[in-house]
Amino acid sequence: MGKIVVVTSGKGGVGKTTSTAALGAALATLGQNVVVVDFDVGLRNLDLVMGAERRVVYDLINVVQNVAKLPQALIRDKRIDTLSLLPASQTHDKDALTEKGVARAIAELRRKFDWVICDSPAGIERGATLAMRHADIAIVVANPEVSSVRDSDRIIGLLDAKTLKAEKGERVEKHLLVTRYDVARAVRGEMMTIEDVLEILSIPLLGVIPESLEVLHASNIGSPVTFSNASSAPARAYMDAAKRLQGETVAMTIPSDKKGLLDRLFGRRAA
Amino acid sequence: MNFDFLRRSPASVARERLQVLLTHERNFRGRPDLTAVLRDEILAVIAKHVRMEPDGVQVKIDRSDRVTLLQIDVEILTPSSVELVAR
Repeated sequence: MGKIVVVTSGKGGVGKTTSTAALGAALATLGQNVVVVDFDVGLRNLDLVMGAERRVVYDLINVVQNVAKLPQALIRDKRIDTLSLLPASQTHDKDALTEKGVARAIAELRRKFDWVICDSPAGIERGATLAMRHADIAIVVANPEVSSVRDSDRIIGLLDAKTLKAEKGERVEKHLLVTRYDVARAVRGEMMTIEDVLEILSIPLLGVIPESLEVLHASNIGSPVTFSNASSAPARAYMDAAKRLQGETVAMTIPSDKKGLLDRLFGRRAA
Repeated sequence: MNFDFLRRSPASVARERLQVLLTHERNFRGRPDLTAVLRDEILAVIAKHVRMEPDGVQVKIDRSDRVTLLQIDVEILTPSSVELVAR
């Protein structure tokens, strides 16, 4: 039986979709059987970030409404065959997701995969609460910035109240993933440090993803950053986070991209 | 001259603002909006004795890190409209 993970944040634009794709790809690389599920109905983007936008035939709504069978809607990744995508619908809206239909789809995914990683829409409305509903594990994505941290706190409250686990008196396992972290700015006191954010949110840290040009590059070419440049700082940070998710103990370091003088002068990417 | 503000980094200002705000927000999490509940109940009590407009009670809560100020304004239309409701 697989684990259901929700990647959530409250605030938009903090890196939920990027992190879903990168962690899914990292776990698949580690030999796990993984599906990434786009819950952002009406504003799907996980397909684009994964580079599978032209292969979408059926979607989550079709499965939930019994229009298509799950295997028809799943898109197998072309780079690694242990990774699949269940895209969201671009035409329907969130009301097309019924609670019963979602429960059935999630149960089937849980049987088929080791990890079911659900990319939550932003906000705290129905789409976000449905995405977290069945979660065993929640990854709260936050930037070291006041509005993101506040919204994360709100989402942590919802995880403790609105999930099936919470209603049964159990706890969703919560992890914090800090993205877009800039060590140099934190050292200068311009940005909250990891310790600051942890002290405020008080949930365990899954990983720190450094601010990096590689993330935009990866989405430009439609590849999880874990695949597009596996030796880059964010790719290594996501790989470490994926290992921790599997229960491995990995020292908490913040990888950095070491650049040579010429790269600095000309702003070139390592090939 | 006080150069204290120079010593406080923007990051520590951010952390402190969040700590104050979230301490408050967590207290009210999962509860109905306190100002709305107070407004409705105060209105109900006063309306038993004095004729009131439905929006005649304003409730405001101002918070700082040390004290919380609860401000309640009760508006009664004109002095002549104030009559005791017969009980």
